[in-house]
Amino acid sequence: MTLAVRVLKRLADFTLDVSFAAAPGVTIVFGESGSGKTTLLRCVAGVARPDAGRIAIDDRVLFDAGSRIDLPPPRRRVGFVFQQLALFPHLSARDNIAYGVAHLDAAERRSRIEAIARSFRIAHLLDRRPAQISGGERQRVGLARSLVGDPEALLLDEPLSALDHATQSRIIEDLLRWNDARQIPVLYVTHSQRELFALGRRVLLIEEGRIVGDDLPQLAMNAPAHERLAELVGYENLLDAVIASRRPDAGVMAVSLGGTRVQLETPIVDGEVGDRVRVAIRAGDILLAVQRPSGLSARNVVPGTIASLRQTGGFVVVAVSVGAEIEVHVTRSAVEELGLSAGRDVWLVIKTHSCRALAAA
Amino acid sequence: MDWAAIALSLRLATIVSIVLLAIGMPIAYWLTFSSWRGKFLVEAVVALPLVLPPTVLGFYLLVAMGARSPIGRAWERWTGHGLAFTFEALVIASILYSLPFAVQPMASAFAQIDRDLLDASAMLGAGPLRTFRRVIVPLARDGILTAVILSFAHTLGEFGVVLMVGGNLPGVTRTVSIAIYDDVQGLDMAAAHQTALALLAFSFVTLSIVYAVSRKPWAVATWR
Repeated sequence: MTLAVRVLKRLADFTLDVSFAAAPGVTIVFGESGSGKTTLLRCVAGVARPDAGRIAIDDRVLFDAGSRIDLPPPRRRVGFVFQQLALFPHLSARDNIAYGVAHLDAAERRSRIEAIARSFRIAHLLDRRPAQISGGERQRVGLARSLVGDPEALLLDEPLSALDHATQSRIIEDLLRWNDARQIPVLYVTHSQRELFALGRRVLLIEEGRIVGDDLPQLAMNAPAHERLAELVGYENLLDAVIASRRPDAGVMAVSLGGTRVQLETPIVDGEVGDRVRVAIRAGDILLAVQRPSGLSARNVVPGTIASLRQTGGFVVVAVSVGAEIEVHVTRSAVEELGLSAGRDVWLVIKTHSCRALAAA
Repeated sequence: MDWAAIALSLRLATIVSIVLLAIGMPIAYWLTFSSWRGKFLVEAVVALPLVLPPTVLGFYLLVAMGARSPIGRAWERWTGHGLAFTFEALVIASILYSLPFAVQPMASAFAQIDRDLLDASAMLGAGPLRTFRRVIVPLARDGILTAVILSFAHTLGEFGVVLMVGGNLPGVTRTVSIAIYDDVQGLDMAAAHQTALALLAFSFVTLSIVYAVSRKPWAVATWR
């Protein structure tokens, strides 16, 4: 099943104007708050009406402005999980889940509810009301409610943003397992980098109502205006470079970082020697050594000097000057054990495939 | 004590609050969810009894129900007697006079319901009627209860409108408040005391029961 979406809708500040096809599996819709993500989901679900466009699951048309097709939400067979869940507070978990399958006969309804409750591990709390269960459990009830009717697509609007990471991961696992069996397209709206990496096979990047790309580093390369977005999704380092040599047989090339004498080996991209490229590297993908390391498979070992250290959240941001400045994330205990401090000489270890080189547009 | 007046008042208040529940709920629903731009006009009309002196409302109603008005004549053809100064006139006047007290608590309770719940209900296949029955009414229960109580209490206590359209006919239009006024005018303070105290006690007990019963069983403080 494939969900094909083309939506044009004028909003207060900008126009939502997107077009994409989502195959079975999870497609992340990523963007900052107010970029139009939720409106997009509401259009697909049928509770908001596009000004123009067409929405279809395979051959089944849900909305078509041209031929005036606009199926009401229940006939779209699309499951929706709200950001705030929208569980009915006066109904038990069981009655919440049963709400959408009231048309089925009692036996069928019971067996469906039991099956979905087992899949999402909530069979033991079906008789409790939303206020009587934990946030993660409510989340599972919300998923069960939207999936019990066997929808042909699932829409999730930042469903896990309020949960702790361990709970998030367990729910994501259950959701992925469920979807492996069903193979329906899942649109998963988030602005959390964590969820992006936990789920993200395919990503749609939305900014001010437009899909600005589905490949983050490519995007950052071609449009510097999007660099902030690229940083948001984890490419803290975006470095200017020039192709120094190419080895198509090995699938790699060497690039010289601008303003330095450093050369990095990266996966090969189109371009000639001398072409400008940019290199995107996640700060968490770089190793830091206090002695010159040897005998490593990693192809890039770059000497530098620590410019500064800054504690944030669970890790320490180390700025290392190699001519250009490169950001590295390490744990606090690593800082203490290695005695890292500003001015210290260090070596950066970067695997070839941790570097994403991008041909200049 | 004027038992006839008390019985009449209770009968009037009961009928009026039942009728107001039936017509106030759709009006409140429409006022809450309609996107019609002229809605404010209807809101203003519904709220008029809040600001109009009861005598003004009573005066217009009396004129409208009089034998020379089309309504009065139609009523007379239909029932064989005039409308003004009858129990039916009291019922009609009280419904109009208490309308905002029924509509406003329900409208505000409807408006407080999370719109996501209504969208969720629609996406799960429920039509407007099922959404109303299964989601809106249970979640607006307190507002609906308040509407009924306020309609009842307000009808029980009205004076000016009743006097204008009903007059003071024992057993027909002589309500408790008018009976008390009458007693005081006749300097029968003991009778006034008795009736007033009975009314006070009844009102207090009713309200206490209602508030005791209306505790939310699914009270959710912050559940996300």
